[in-house]
Amino acid sequence: MYAGIKRFLLPIAEPVLVPTGAVLVAMLLFAGFIALVGQSPPEVFWILYQGGFGSSFSLQNTLVLASPLILTGLAVAIPAQAGMVIIGGEGALAVGALLAAVAGYALHDTAPFIVQLGMLTVGALTGALWFGLSGWLRNYRGVNETISSLLLSYMGIALLNYCIQGPLRDPASTNNPSTRPIGDANMIGNIPGLDVHYGLIIGIVCALIAWFVLKFTTIGLALRAVGGNPRAAQMAGLRVNIWVVGAAAMGGAAAGLSGAIEVAAVHGDANSAIVAGYGFTGILVAFIARQNPLAVIPVAILFGGIDAAGSLLQRRLDMPDATVIVFQGILFVVILASDTFLGRFRFFKPGAASEPKPGTAGAKS
Amino acid sequence: MNSSKEILGKSHGLDLEIIGLSKRFGDVIALDNVSLRIPSGGFHALLGENGAGKSTLVKCLVGFYTPDAGDVLADHREVKIPSPREASQLGIGMVYQSFTLVPGMTVAENLVMSKGSLPALINWRKEREQLVAFIETLPFKIPLDKFAGTLAAGEKQKVEIIKQLYLQRRFLILDEPTSVLTPDEADEVLGFVKNLATAKALTVLIITHKFREVTAYADDVTVLRRGKFAGCGSVANLNVDQMAEMMVGSPLAHQPIARSIVPMNLELRPYLVVEHLHARGDLDQPVLNGIDLAVRPGEILGIAGVSGNGQKELVEVLLGQRKKSSGQIFVEGEPYSGTRAEISQHKVIMLPEEPLRNACVASLSVAENMALRNYDRPPLAKFGFLLNRRALNQQAQRYVETFGVKTDGINAKMQTLSGGNVQRAVLARELSHPVNLLIVANPVFGLDFNAVAETHARLLAARASSTAILLVSEDLDELLELADRIVVMSEGKLVYEIPADQADIRVLGHYMAGGHLEERAVT
Repeated sequence: MYAGIKRFLLPIAEPVLVPTGAVLVAMLLFAGFIALVGQSPPEVFWILYQGGFGSSFSLQNTLVLASPLILTGLAVAIPAQAGMVIIGGEGALAVGALLAAVAGYALHDTAPFIVQLGMLTVGALTGALWFGLSGWLRNYRGVNETISSLLLSYMGIALLNYCIQGPLRDPASTNNPSTRPIGDANMIGNIPGLDVHYGLIIGIVCALIAWFVLKFTTIGLALRAVGGNPRAAQMAGLRVNIWVVGAAAMGGAAAGLSGAIEVAAVHGDANSAIVAGYGFTGILVAFIARQNPLAVIPVAILFGGIDAAGSLLQRRLDMPDATVIVFQGILFVVILASDTFLGRFRFFKPGAASEPKPGTAGAKS
Repeated sequence: MNSSKEILGKSHGLDLEIIGLSKRFGDVIALDNVSLRIPSGGFHALLGENGAGKSTLVKCLVGFYTPDAGDVLADHREVKIPSPREASQLGIGMVYQSFTLVPGMTVAENLVMSKGSLPALINWRKEREQLVAFIETLPFKIPLDKFAGTLAAGEKQKVEIIKQLYLQRRFLILDEPTSVLTPDEADEVLGFVKNLATAKALTVLIITHKFREVTAYADDVTVLRRGKFAGCGSVANLNVDQMAEMMVGSPLAHQPIARSIVPMNLELRPYLVVEHLHARGDLDQPVLNGIDLAVRPGEILGIAGVSGNGQKELVEVLLGQRKKSSGQIFVEGEPYSGTRAEISQHKVIMLPEEPLRNACVASLSVAENMALRNYDRPPLAKFGFLLNRRALNQQAQRYVETFGVKTDGINAKMQTLSGGNVQRAVLARELSHPVNLLIVANPVFGLDFNAVAETHARLLAARASSTAILLVSEDLDELLELADRIVVMSEGKLVYEIPADQADIRVLGHYMAGGHLEERAVT
C-alpha cells in the first residue's frame, strides 16, 4: 500500500519540490544580497510579504499588477508550445495599447460596451499582427524569432512614444503626452466588491482557455507536435508554417490584449507609462511557469506581489525599488538552473532503491 | 602512464590484449567478461548483432567508457585508459562510420587541425611541408587542397584513416567503416589498411556486418552475442555459416524469405507516380535532378544507392518534410502534397529512417505519438476538436500490447524509450491502419536479427495485400530479397532499373558508384 502511494506520488512530487527548493535557494541568495547592502534580510522578506500579500489592500494591488502579467506570460508561453522563444511582449503590448486607445477614442460616442469590445478586439488583433510578423520572418525568411521579436519590441515602444508625442497627441495633455482619452464612462470597471478591474478575469479566462485548448483539444496536440518535432509534424501532414505563424499570432494577441486592458481599465488613454516592463516580466513568468498556461496564473500573481512590494520597501527601508527586480532576476536564474536537476534525483524514481548504481541506465538498448 | 611513453617511441602496430572486460549500465550488462588478443600487425574482425556489445568494447578501448572489471594490455604491459587522451597517447585511434571531417575546410586543414595541440599561430608552410612529406609515403594520392565536403564518400573515409596515420596511431578501430561506401570503394579502403597491417605498421580491429569483408581481409574473428563472448577463430578455418551461427546462436536456415509467387500485374495502374521531380538540399544544392518513378499496387520498388545520392531527400519530399522545386507527385492519379486529408484518403503509410527524428515527437507521450495519424478523427476526436483521452489511451494500450513496445506506461515521454521500442511504436502507429501506399526508408537499420525478419515479413505481407511499396535502402541484400524491381539512384537521378530477379550485384554496384554502362536496361 505504502509502495503504491509512493509510486503514484513521487513523480508528481518532483516537479513541485524542485522549483520550491529553487525558490528557497533564490531567497537565500537574495538574503545575502540584502545583508551586503546593510539591511536585515528577515525584515525585507517580511516587508515583501506585507507589501504583496499581507493585507487585503496589498493583495488587491498585487492582483491589479498581476493581471497584465498573466497575459504577457501567455504571450511567451503560447508561441513556446510551437517551439518558439518570442520575447517581444513589451512591443506588442505597446502597439496594442496605442491602437486600442485610437479605437476607443473613435468609438467613444457609442455605448461603453461597444467601446470596450472594440478596444479589446483592436488591441488583440494589433498584437497578433505584431508577433505574427516575427513568426512569418522566422518561417519564410529564416530570421531568428527571439531576436526579431526583441527588436520589434523596441520598434513598438518607439512607435508608441512617437505617436503620443506627435500625430496622435491630445493637445490637452501638456506635461504627460498621451492620446485623446476614451472617456471615464467607457472605462472597464472593477470587479464588484474589489478594487481590482475586470482585466484580471479576462487574463485568467484566457489562461484557462489556453490550457484547455492545449490539453484537451486536437488543436493543442497538433501544436505541441509542431513545437516538439516539426519533421514529425510534417510527416503527419500538418502545415507547420501555418501553425507556427498562428501560435505566434495568438501569443501576440494576448500581449496586445493586455495593452488594450491597461488603456481601458487603468490609464484611460495611451501614454508612455503604459510601457512599464510588463512584457519583459512576462518572459520570467512564462519560463518559471514552464510555459504552462495554468501555472502562469499563480506565477504572475507571485511576481505581481513582488512588484507591488517594491514601493513599500522604498518607503520603509529607503531601498531603491529596483531591489525587487534583483529578487526577480535571482529567482529567474535559479529556477531555470534548477530545471537541469529534474530527473536527476533518484529519490523521486519509483523503485529506485533497488538499482545498484545511479546514472546511465538504459544508455544501451 | 610511464609505460605508455616508452611504447610511443617505437613505430610498429600495437599488440593488444583484453582480459575479462566487463561493463554494465544500471541493470544492463553490456559487456560480460570478454577477452581477446590481437598481435602486432593483426587484422581482427569483431562480429555481432546490434546490441551485442561491440560498441561498448571499443568505447572502453578509446577511453569513452571505463570498464567495471578486466584488464587491457598494450605491448604486454597493463594500461589504464580512463579518457580518450590516454588512448591517444597509446596510439589507439578510431574511425567512425559517419565522417568527422569539417566539410568547409580543405583536406590539409582538416589534417593539421586534427593534431591535438597547435600553436596559436600556425606556420602553414611548415605544416604543409610535413604533410606533403607524409603523403608521399602513402601508396595513393589524396587531394590536399580540395574541400572535405566535396570529396566522395570513399575519399572521405580514406582521409579519415590517413588522419589516424598522420596522428601516428598504431592501433586502429574501424567502426563499420564501409557502411556508406560502394563495394569498390570499400575494397580500396580496406585493402589500404590491410597492407599497412601486413607491413606490421598498424594493428586493426574492425567492426562490420559484412561477412565478405571479414573473409577477404581479417585474420581472426571474435563474435559477441548479448555482451558475451560467443566464439572466435581464424578466418581461414571458419566459413560464413559458422560465423553467422555464432552471431545468432542457432543454425541459420540459409534461405530467403518465401515470396508470394503471384506475378506482379503490369496492367495495373500505378498507385504512386513521380514525374520530373527536382528538389534542393540543405545547402541549397540540387539533390534531386529529375526523378521519374511509378509504383503499382502489390509491387515493391526498391531504390538502391550509396547514401548521400538523394535518397534521403526523395523520401523527405514524399513525406512532406522537404519542398520540391519542380515536378509532380500523383497518388491514385490525383496530385498529392501530403496533407492530412490526402494521407488518410489515399491510405499512405510512412516508415522513415531514424524514427525518433523523423516520425516521433520526443517530448510528447507514447500515447500521443501513437495518435499522430488519427487524433483528429473519431473515435479519438469528438465534435471535430475535442480529444477523447480515454479512446486515445485505449488505442495506445492496444498498440503497446500487440507490438510488444516496452515502455514505463503509455504516458511516458517518447524520449524515454529505447531505439528499438521507438521503432516498434512507429510500426504500431503506421501499420495499424489500412494501407495502400507504403513509403519505407532503411526499415531495419539498427534492429536486431529477429526484428529484421519480423519487419521484412510485414512488408511482404503488405505487398501480398496489394499495397504499393516504395522501399529505399542502402542494404543491397535487403533490396534483392524484397523488391520486385530495383532502381539505382546516383547523384539525384535514377540511373538504372532492373527486375530484382535479373539483377547482378556487380552491375548494381557499378551504377551505385556513379558508373554509366553503354546500354541501359529498361523494363
